[in-house]
Amino acid sequence: MQWDIVIGLEIHVQLATRTKIFSGSSTAYGAEPNTQANAVDLAMPGTLPVPNENAFRYAVMFGLAVNAEIGRRSMFERKNYFYPDLPKGYQTTQLEQPIVGPGYVDVDLANGETKRIRIHHAHLEEDAGKSLHEDYHGMSGIDLNRAGTPLIEVVTEPDMNSAEEAVAFARKLHSLVTSLGICDGDMSQGSMRFDVNISLKPKGSDQLGTRTETKNLNSFRFMEQAIAHEVERQMDILEDGGRIVQETRLYNGDRDESRSMRTKEEANDYRYFPCPDLLPVVIDDDFIEDARSRLPELPDARKARFKEQYGLNDYDAGLLSGDAKLAAFFEEAAEHGKDAKLAANWIQGEFSARLKAEEKSVAESPITGAQLGDLVVRIADNTVSSAGAKKVFEALWTGENDNVDAIIDAKGLKQVSDTGALEAMVDEVLAGMPDQVAQYQNEEDPKKRKKMLGGFMGPLMKASKGQGNPKLFNEILVKKLGG
Amino acid sequence: MHNKSVAELSRELESGKISSVELTQQFLDRLKQEDGKYNSFITITEEQALADAKAADEKRAAGKASAWTGVPFAHKDIFCTNGVRTTCGSKMLENFVPPYDATVTEKFRQAGAVCLGKTNMDEFAMGSSNESSYFGAVTNPWGLSTGQKRVPGGSSGGSAAAVAARLVPAATATDTGGSIRQPAALCGVTGLKPTYGRVSRYGMIAFASSLDQGGTMARTAEDNALMLNVMAGFDPKDSTSIDRAVPDYTATLNEPLKGLKIGLPKEYFSDQLSPAMEEQVLNAVKEYEKLGATVKEVSLPNAKLAIAAYYVIAPAEASANLSRFDGVRYGYRCEDPKDLMDMYTRTRAEGFGAEVKRRILVGTYALSHGYYDAYYLKAQKVRRLIQQDFANAFKEVDVLMSPTSPSPAFVQGEKTNDPVTMYLEDIFTIAINLAGLPAMSVPAGFVDGLPVGLQIIGDHFAEARLLNAAHQFQQVTDWHQREPE
Repeated sequence: MQWDIVIGLEIHVQLATRTKIFSGSSTAYGAEPNTQANAVDLAMPGTLPVPNENAFRYAVMFGLAVNAEIGRRSMFERKNYFYPDLPKGYQTTQLEQPIVGPGYVDVDLANGETKRIRIHHAHLEEDAGKSLHEDYHGMSGIDLNRAGTPLIEVVTEPDMNSAEEAVAFARKLHSLVTSLGICDGDMSQGSMRFDVNISLKPKGSDQLGTRTETKNLNSFRFMEQAIAHEVERQMDILEDGGRIVQETRLYNGDRDESRSMRTKEEANDYRYFPCPDLLPVVIDDDFIEDARSRLPELPDARKARFKEQYGLNDYDAGLLSGDAKLAAFFEEAAEHGKDAKLAANWIQGEFSARLKAEEKSVAESPITGAQLGDLVVRIADNTVSSAGAKKVFEALWTGENDNVDAIIDAKGLKQVSDTGALEAMVDEVLAGMPDQVAQYQNEEDPKKRKKMLGGFMGPLMKASKGQGNPKLFNEILVKKLGG
Repeated sequence: MHNKSVAELSRELESGKISSVELTQQFLDRLKQEDGKYNSFITITEEQALADAKAADEKRAAGKASAWTGVPFAHKDIFCTNGVRTTCGSKMLENFVPPYDATVTEKFRQAGAVCLGKTNMDEFAMGSSNESSYFGAVTNPWGLSTGQKRVPGGSSGGSAAAVAARLVPAATATDTGGSIRQPAALCGVTGLKPTYGRVSRYGMIAFASSLDQGGTMARTAEDNALMLNVMAGFDPKDSTSIDRAVPDYTATLNEPLKGLKIGLPKEYFSDQLSPAMEEQVLNAVKEYEKLGATVKEVSLPNAKLAIAAYYVIAPAEASANLSRFDGVRYGYRCEDPKDLMDMYTRTRAEGFGAEVKRRILVGTYALSHGYYDAYYLKAQKVRRLIQQDFANAFKEVDVLMSPTSPSPAFVQGEKTNDPVTMYLEDIFTIAINLAGLPAMSVPAGFVDGLPVGLQIIGDHFAEARLLNAAHQFQQVTDWHQREPE
């Protein structure tokens, strides 16, 4: 049987506010446990929440960026359940009147198509703390530094039909929130966490199947794997005539396994009710206009501009515009390097490969966009060959020297582009290789001739101590060998 | 000295006839000697009080004294006091020492007042008789000569009994459904529950957040005004407190009452009220007529629904507010928990008393899936109807008057096994909390030697008018000056 895959996502996005959503504690990551938890975060008796205006501002900016209606009257509810890292015994969240209403995001797919994914709503809520189960001799440790960190939970419609689409959407959302500056986007620190709702239905059916929810996926790779895993699991059950149980599942990415966390019957009754400690928040026109004025260029607009301003093709523009930091790096390199296409190639080639190899983010790159731009200038004006440029790049990366021209001088990477000198070298080399010259001149097939040309380049580069301009060598060779 | 009001003590201190240290020592000695009879205090902070008194004397010597500098008083044990244990009348918080002050506590500290300790209360402010306190019942100073111990009312029974017994001239209190007014009535003292949002709730341990309001208790209306001058005001730490100017509540105490329009809600003079109680209340209203007020009957048609709505909303909020008492971070934790569930269940089973558990169960039930609309949502609708009733009444009159409680102080143990009868103690007070209005209870006579309270209800932010009305009444009556034997 053929199946349609139906996927909806819930994404927790940690907002990059300086302080927590209802208290003045810092939200910085990585502090000693419980050093960023004050009386309010600890839910000491009598303490009360005070809303952080910036969290609302960021949520509204998000709403505007996803073309959503902004909830003019925003209410908070209490979601009641007991857990040691939930200090109040309830999470303050939004249910009936979320701050961000229906909206949408357009996602570019690998096949060149663009797909619109609808946002059902996004609401503000507070994060819980962390339970640590290792190293406590059978007990658990509770760290409340994260408790009260503002989140927006983005809930999509079930508009995605493959793991690829879901990941493309997730990447787009990541790109949006980092471009907005409302989230640091660091998934390894839990700044974005994905819950995936998946169901299958017979191909073409308009009846949705029973869904499962796989929770807390914190990388695009795990998300893709988890979807593939769950689709296969459901398909096996359905094709064996079984039924899908509505349940919440946990996926172990290291083992590519999932297990049931709780079924619908075991689900908590959260007993939501309006939080009496927080009055409804009214979002007025001024607040929305202020948020709008803070919106930076968003990825879609940036992509269009990259095509227009730098003459990049759709693919390059898409890749370079998605991540705000990468886009800024590219623009700096393109401004300094004059040749935007060449800068784009270097960023997607050497630069990206190196970041990946060292598991670094753009922000952690040891070289600047300006330095890469300077290098691009020297490649474009034939001062260095591409092989030489790689050596310059290496020296910049390792911090051996921070000036492109100084590296070129120090390493003797400057190409010889003096045609007279190069012609003399070609004459000398050809004189030493009469057999090959004859062979070349007797060859009829232009493809083979072109290949044979390469045989002369090695000795030429050797003769020039690697400094001859390969492009000029090539031209001279062709001329001397008679086409 | 113990019979003097805050205003009088303030003048004594100002005149230099007595120092705060001397005054504080006198009150502490009396408190330690007398409170065995009443059990009105949970904690006495002698050392801290004397240190504060010394500081107050220095402040006065430096010419920086205000009305409260050096005057002794007490806090209901629901207000967090930095460095002093705050129990809320519960085993759960028997050893809880907050590292912060409630905003109310902080304000009295800044005013230079000298806190003698923390007064007894129903556990988590849930009760109308002060019998649900983990630290033992409080005995009403009135009616002891009959050989029977009577309740002081609740939940602020400790504050009311302490003020009635002249252990302190004034005490803070809180009111969620009548917890200031009913004990004030039963103990023959004057109490004020301000408009919801007038006094910060920060650091005041929550029972039902949309109803809880801190307030005042003293023997005179003037002292209530002096207390409210300290307590009232916007607090950035409480999002539900209201940013509105605070008048000097003593400035309008002497305004004449001529032309004051009084409404008597007919629903509050029903057959639930004994004829003897009704007579005392109506006598008090006659005094107002003598002072130039006019009286008319008004109706609060939905008042009869108040108790039912309250006992859905308050327990619902409480069920969530009390979830934080889980044994994880502070407060009581059961011995040797086997696992997490065992820790939760035994901590809460052992740490909470019966009435608190009853209300958590009721509230949890009311919020449960499938019941929410029928209970919580319906109760909120009733709440709006009740608010509308009062709004309509205040289009016709300036204040409403009624009895505070249906009967005077009852004998301890009489209602403990019948929660519904106990809940009816607040039949005249609860609607005021649902509507967020200010109201006072003022001593207005005696039935069988036990005090009767007159409830005066005002429109939102009409505290000054209520205090003015109470003060003028106290200029022509002496019920508030009567002292228990």
